[in-house]
Amino acid sequence: MRLKPKIIWIDGVGCNGCSHSFFNYPEISSFFENFELLYHPLLDSDEFNVQNCDILIIEGALKSNFSRLGKDLNSLISELFLKAKKIIALGTCAVYGGIFGKGLVFDKNEKGKFYKCRDRVINIPGCPSHPEWIMYVLNMIKNDKKIALDEFNRPVEIFSYTSHMGCTRNEYFEWKIDAQDFGSKEGCLFYYQGCQGPFTHSSCNKILWNEVNSKPRAGTPCFGCTEVSFPKKDLFKTETFMGIPANIPLGVSKRAYLTISGIAKSLTNERLTKKLIECENEDKQKDN
Amino acid sequence: MSKEEKKEQIMKTALSLFAKQGFYSTTIADIAREMGMSVGNMYNYFPSKESLAKELLIYTSKKFGDEIRKINEMDISSKEKIKKIVELYFKKAVEEPELVDYFMRVYLSNKEIFNNGCEGMLCVSAFVTEIMIFFEEGVRKKELKNQDFFAAFGLFMGYIGGLAFLNRENILGKPLEEYIEPVSENIYNALKA
Repeated sequence: MRLKPKIIWIDGVGCNGCSHSFFNYPEISSFFENFELLYHPLLDSDEFNVQNCDILIIEGALKSNFSRLGKDLNSLISELFLKAKKIIALGTCAVYGGIFGKGLVFDKNEKGKFYKCRDRVINIPGCPSHPEWIMYVLNMIKNDKKIALDEFNRPVEIFSYTSHMGCTRNEYFEWKIDAQDFGSKEGCLFYYQGCQGPFTHSSCNKILWNEVNSKPRAGTPCFGCTEVSFPKKDLFKTETFMGIPANIPLGVSKRAYLTISGIAKSLTNERLTKKLIECENEDKQKDN
Repeated sequence: MSKEEKKEQIMKTALSLFAKQGFYSTTIADIAREMGMSVGNMYNYFPSKESLAKELLIYTSKKFGDEIRKINEMDISSKEKIKKIVELYFKKAVEEPELVDYFMRVYLSNKEIFNNGCEGMLCVSAFVTEIMIFFEEGVRKKELKNQDFFAAFGLFMGYIGGLAFLNRENILGKPLEEYIEPVSENIYNALKA
């Protein structure tokens, strides 16, 4: 592709969260060095024109009878589709519809309005999408590299992982030691706290947020924000049927999962039953 | 006879002796005598009486688990499945009373034998897993009430285990089979959504 691919970034119905997240990308200057932003709804740019571009980024969901840039949103996007070489559906709303409307290629699990054009679309779900994921896709396009996609048009390089992979609480998951309370360093968040990591496609625990952390590492359950089912109700609570998690890790039968969990729970890993770091009471330390 | 078949035969013999005489009053020599084997040869199959007891538990749990799995895989309602599980358990209690006896008189009464290697679900996982699947699917299909697993498990297993025990003690007024219907009904009423 050209030296500095031209990008048009359009917002459908959404919260602009993916934009805000992207602007906090520590290497944002490399984006502006390598790409030319013809239009972005939150940045000062030339007056918007429907024009040719190399990459069209659509953030937010589709909705009928919704006005954007003086046009009907769905018609605007149809026009822009004809002018763009590659299209990125950015964020869970653009990918599946999310909270607000319909996705481009998919409307939840159904075919979306632009399903027929799916060969040109790359889906990057997430609420928000990780800036690194966006830059990965942009750089691959700029360098004319083929991006392998899964059945939801998501780059496999990012979404073949689950957010469980790389979680610092994995040992607790293995030994079925659950965090009973919110906010503790120790314990797995899967059984009581609603963590969806084992069945959510994302690389949040491989490519960390702000280069330092992820939700589960910090003690917040994975909300499954890259999945079509997002958002579920009761994000801090694990749905169970008679005490058995309603959703189990991907790729394993319920029978196998229950067997291995029961066995793990029957054994004890002494090291993991204790606090990771035993802190003496500060006042007591002062007294000493 | 293959080594596995021989092992199974030893287990069956041990099962009946443990169930009849209890674990501590049964010696490896008793089992060997019953089998027509030498004591030395017995140790080729099981290194100790404890290991035999543990393998027996895994064996009986798997036997029950396999049967309940068949019920789980049937395309019938949870209510019908409850009846089938009760029927299975009561039938076994009558036809192979040593299985139930072993579980109650040896496993539940002598936990010290099983403390090293059979803790928690380790040796009974095949059976408990199938009960978990039965409950989970019943709730998923909205046929059973969503409640604490052990509250439901205790109600189900404690109830039918108790009846089988009373039957062995010859306390029941009627044959155990005649309790299948009312007991299934009671369990369903307690568990239904």
